[in-house]
Amino acid sequence: MPNYRNIKEKLIELLLSTASITALLILIGIFVFLFITGIRTFTEISPTEFFLGNEWNPTAYGEPKWGILSLVIGTIIVTFGSLVIAIPLGIASAVYLSEIAKPKIRETIKPVIEMIAGIPSVVLGLIGILFLSPLIAKIFGLSSGLNAFTSSIIVGVMVLPTIISISEDVLTSLPNEFRESSLALGATKWQMIRMTLLPAALSGIVAAIMLGLGRAVGETMGVLMVAGNSRAMPISFFDPIRPMTANIAIEIKEVVKGSLHYEALFAIGLVLFVMTFVVNFISDIIIEKQVRKYKW
Amino acid sequence: MQEEIKIEFKDTNFWYNSKQILVGINLKIYSNKITALIGPSGCGKSTLLRCINRMNDLIPISKIDGKLLYNNENIYEKDTDVIELRKEIGMVFQKPNPFPMSIFDNVAYGLRIQNMKDKNKIKQIVKESLEKADLWDEVKDRLNLSAFRLSGGQQQRLCIARSLAINPEVVLLDEPCSALDPLATAKIESLLRKLKNERTIIIVTHNMHQAKRISDYTCYLLNGKVIEYSGTAEMFDNPKNKLTKDYINGEFG
Repeated sequence: MPNYRNIKEKLIELLLSTASITALLILIGIFVFLFITGIRTFTEISPTEFFLGNEWNPTAYGEPKWGILSLVIGTIIVTFGSLVIAIPLGIASAVYLSEIAKPKIRETIKPVIEMIAGIPSVVLGLIGILFLSPLIAKIFGLSSGLNAFTSSIIVGVMVLPTIISISEDVLTSLPNEFRESSLALGATKWQMIRMTLLPAALSGIVAAIMLGLGRAVGETMGVLMVAGNSRAMPISFFDPIRPMTANIAIEIKEVVKGSLHYEALFAIGLVLFVMTFVVNFISDIIIEKQVRKYKW
Repeated sequence: MQEEIKIEFKDTNFWYNSKQILVGINLKIYSNKITALIGPSGCGKSTLLRCINRMNDLIPISKIDGKLLYNNENIYEKDTDVIELRKEIGMVFQKPNPFPMSIFDNVAYGLRIQNMKDKNKIKQIVKESLEKADLWDEVKDRLNLSAFRLSGGQQQRLCIARSLAINPEVVLLDEPCSALDPLATAKIESLLRKLKNERTIIIVTHNMHQAKRISDYTCYLLNGKVIEYSGTAEMFDNPKNKLTKDYINGEFG
């Protein structure tokens, strides 16, 4: 009699391993495609011009410009601005949820915050165009509210749930002994949070920020809609900017497949990929360390 | 010799949820003595200990009534300064629980929350506290090492040093040796004997031999009630209550 159970087990194993290998192959394929297409750019454009040139104008008649510096700076400004908004708000909310809010309040607020993470970025972009940017133009007396500042707020809102949610998990998972021994020494609740819990949770909170940073760097749609998309080198927070992601999204539909412009956009994609990969890699290492630190 | 009463429970009851954990406790704890609380698991000895520095306040669904006098003042009045109280009544927990920081910073923690800024004074007190906890010689060359790198027994002595640093009048110990080996336990016991000259010590232990070895008074608790309370030698040589006798003879528990 054949052993049906054994055959079934083998089949399931095969199915699962096929699925995971397929996923892996797709990911590798994407990277290889991105790499091969992107790297070809550098046969015609020198890396110096590409990375350090501050003018991006591939369609200029006669003398196209291939410098991505202003785009990179656009990305950096939005990322920085969004984190300046999201880090203090995020950590404060996490501390409130984990240490101060009553269980009932926490159980209500946490899913709501996680729901914000589920809002499509195009919806946040719409809110940015229709409500936020006119408001900001009015407050600061600008002709247009589509600028780095507005984008920072929109991306900040997108990053916030990640930072809150992970920081809160890290704080909640700290051993209760830290709280008890701190209070037993006569610490106030605030001293306990500031002098014991936050230092103990620091690396986990840093990891949460890094994950948020990765999201901010890669964010496209919300930014594209409110950034203003000017290619000029931004000088202040109220200048319109064109982050790398937005630039790819805007231009990819106008380029001829296989042209140098097409390849250069992939090269920008490759740079973005490397940036987010490095950020995620570092945050993985930090999280790993945090988890190991308090295994008693 | 008339002994001074440091802490007194007067008809104290304690509930957790709707379950009564402590029932009509009347108990006098004397200054500069070691008092041991013994009894089987779940008898309420840890709860009783945690009433004294109001750590039970952290449990939202708990309730207490009756009086608990510390230096003749009821510490369950509305205007009691709990922060101040906890600075005078230190606590050492069952599991060694140093903070994730250096040895030095662990001991200095209590001073820093009191806003002590004078670095030399902090150094001085950290040294004295570690000496009192018999740990100084073992760690004096590596004060900046993470406290987690110490052995379990050393960590527990570090926790004792940490609570001594703010000079408490009373030290509460909640089964401080239950996670330690016999040698580490012996060190802590000899340390406690030394400490009682300056402080009142209350220790919860499930180890009757430990109670017998180090305490001056022993209180036997069962189901949240004080069954017997007397001098330690008296209780172990000649228990008055049959329940106590059964317990210390190892017939149950």
